[in-house]
Amino acid sequence: MSTPDMRERIDAFPTHRIGPYRVRAGRPFPYGATPVPGGVNFSVYSDGATTMSLVLFERGGTRPSAELEFPLEFRIGSVYAMTVFGLDAENLEYGFRAAGPYAPEHGDRFDAGKVLSDPYARLISGREVWGREPDWDNVYHYRAQVLNDDFDWDGDRPLRIPAEDLVIYETHVRGFTRHPSSKVSAPGTYAGMREKIPYLRELGVNCLELLPVFEFDELDNPRTDPATGERLYNYWGYNTVSFFAPKAGYAATGPFGMQADEFKSLVKELHRAGIEVVLDVVFNHTAEGNEQGPTISFRGLDNATYYMLTPRGEYYNFSGTGNTVNCNHPVVRDFVLSCLRHWVAEYHIDGFRFDLAAILDRAPDGTPLPNPPLLEQLAHDPILRHTKLIAEAWDAAGLYQVGNFPNYGRWSEWNGKYRDTVRRFVKGEPGLVGELATRMAGSPDLYQGRTSSASVNFITAHDGFTLADLVSYNDKHNEANGEDNNDGANDNNSWNCGEEGPSASPHVRELRMRQMKNLLTILLTSQGIPMILAGDEVGRTQLGNNNTYCQDNELSWFDWGLVEANAGLLHFTQALIAFRHAHPVLRSSDHPSGTDRVGSGYPDISWHGVRAWAPDWADHGRVLAMMRCGRHAKGGSVADDHVYIAVNAHWEAHDLELPALPEGQRWHLFADTATAVHPLGAEPELQHPGRFHLGAHSAVVLVGRAAQQTTA
Amino acid sequence: MSVKVSSQVLAEATVVALEGEINSTTSGGLQSQLLPLIGPSSVVLIDLTGVSYISSAGLRTLLIVHRHAQQLKAEITLVGLSEEVSFVMSATGFLDFFRIAEDLDAELERAGR
Repeated sequence: MSTPDMRERIDAFPTHRIGPYRVRAGRPFPYGATPVPGGVNFSVYSDGATTMSLVLFERGGTRPSAELEFPLEFRIGSVYAMTVFGLDAENLEYGFRAAGPYAPEHGDRFDAGKVLSDPYARLISGREVWGREPDWDNVYHYRAQVLNDDFDWDGDRPLRIPAEDLVIYETHVRGFTRHPSSKVSAPGTYAGMREKIPYLRELGVNCLELLPVFEFDELDNPRTDPATGERLYNYWGYNTVSFFAPKAGYAATGPFGMQADEFKSLVKELHRAGIEVVLDVVFNHTAEGNEQGPTISFRGLDNATYYMLTPRGEYYNFSGTGNTVNCNHPVVRDFVLSCLRHWVAEYHIDGFRFDLAAILDRAPDGTPLPNPPLLEQLAHDPILRHTKLIAEAWDAAGLYQVGNFPNYGRWSEWNGKYRDTVRRFVKGEPGLVGELATRMAGSPDLYQGRTSSASVNFITAHDGFTLADLVSYNDKHNEANGEDNNDGANDNNSWNCGEEGPSASPHVRELRMRQMKNLLTILLTSQGIPMILAGDEVGRTQLGNNNTYCQDNELSWFDWGLVEANAGLLHFTQALIAFRHAHPVLRSSDHPSGTDRVGSGYPDISWHGVRAWAPDWADHGRVLAMMRCGRHAKGGSVADDHVYIAVNAHWEAHDLELPALPEGQRWHLFADTATAVHPLGAEPELQHPGRFHLGAHSAVVLVGRAAQQTTA
Repeated sequence: MSVKVSSQVLAEATVVALEGEINSTTSGGLQSQLLPLIGPSSVVLIDLTGVSYISSAGLRTLLIVHRHAQQLKAEITLVGLSEEVSFVMSATGFLDFFRIAEDLDAELERAGR
């Protein structure tokens, strides 16, 4: 049986002519521009427009080559759809022109003077080279293009790593390899990142979380550095211009319009290396901003649908950016869902982290919904079924939902309480032993009844101090951002170890190194999903700037010289990650109960202090030890060793009494942040089996197993 | 505008030299000229020395030709890639699908053996 020639289809023939173009009524779905036999199908939604035109440009042309008004019979409901035949899709840029009322008090802001970008554009030109100044007089800046969506995945399959087994590494496509020390062939690009996959493998992370890669305009920041006068950028990219299009300026091949292929190739190679890809996505606002912002797409197509508006037609601002996307409007829900499906089906993305996700559960008038339809829909969508969904469970208007974000058994959360508790404890604040225990056990107070992977544990992220700066600065130093140091968080829970900023003192430097190791030790032995900020493993500094959203320079970029300079810290981090992968007892999906459910003679988790079995929960306590019984690993389904972790946030050393192990087993030293870390399986047996001298501001990780296994 | 295609059989191999730009307007014609040159179990060297630019559509044409060749158990080797073409193919992952050789004569010698 042969496949019929698609050209034999009746709808492959034009029915109308508009100027020199042959057209016919199109298919309303999918939205956007889709290649079809003999032509391209264009579809766009607008409820309030009175007329709609398709505006065509030759690639790079400053004036439109044609404008094709959609005939009335090409409109179904509020969707305009038209197939145009004989187009050279590769050299085509297109947009829409919507005419309609300008009546802000009723929510309408139509402007027929603007060419609007297609919200569903899969490819955008106009910003192909990062930082290159465009012609600002151009009538159309972010130009929709038609995508060849026939990438050859060559058998790539989703890895489906169980969430509790993930070690997430949060990074920025450009910042990861832009520094000259990266030595990649195309610095700052998807292709450059691909060349660093061996580094990621050696580090041991199995999930890369990328700061926004949807097309944005890095040049939309009007500020300059007050000291140098240099331009500041929208570096992080939390200002989406086009939600279906990968950022062209992150592609070495952006000037050739091949950013989609380049990004897909990166995902394919990461999968081959056993690394999943999670995208940081921003649905809470768009690059159009408030009333003064540019009209790029949504505002001119259907302002009243896409944005939350007050009864007087003004923009609600729950996102701190001047506008807030109307996420629970049925049309917008459909937009968000289609977008995520697109990234999963077309780009093989493994999960998403939602920026200011609390906004996703607000009704069109801003009220938090008890059963937000968008979140429920995402949780149960057939295409997204096995992807990771991670919420930043707060917004800029004070809705804080850590622990109670509507989750439908699917959503995880960035655990901001974990971050704050661990920082404060390690800094040496009193009264935190009890809360630290709760956080290390997977925060059952917040996530009872959910799997422990509901908690994404992190101490640092792109937003805030790096790990090195957390132990080097008491205060933020954001002067370079041009906002008089008023931007960025003030509650950093940081401690500079005695001196603000870079220090020549060997004592201060050694203490900082130990504090970083202490923080990493807690992070990588806690239950829940650990997330590491890229560069923390080598002590990357931002010189005290805790909000480098605008700094496209060495403040933000990963300095690969640190790989050698801080080889010890890197080695320590690698070893800890390997330790976590080797010990399933740290990665159970259920929360520990503190009881013996498998008859091992030990509870699954137990707490200790300077005395074994006697944790000190008192306010002045600064020592906490946690023991995990290996027989309970993964609910008792796999065998593991005992693991004992003790943290001393006190400025004095303590002699710890260790809990006794079963007959024939001994404690072995995996890591002491004050001294050394040992290779997996070659951890030396402790000389004194029952006690351990833990230095000031130090942490230790011990493994309990049969004595004869020791090789060191 | 079109791509100039010239082919000759040398030492058990078919050498196809291309000249011009391979883009969306030329790649359709190129594909229909290339496919008949690939026979079952044949060895085909595609010489791109005369190609100054390959667009996204052009790379897809080469990949389609490669997939056809796989079905026929033919072997395709690309020769004479310019630095730019090689870079674009590498960054987008297209390079991974192909056998690449730098020197046509060495390849012919290999094919003749």
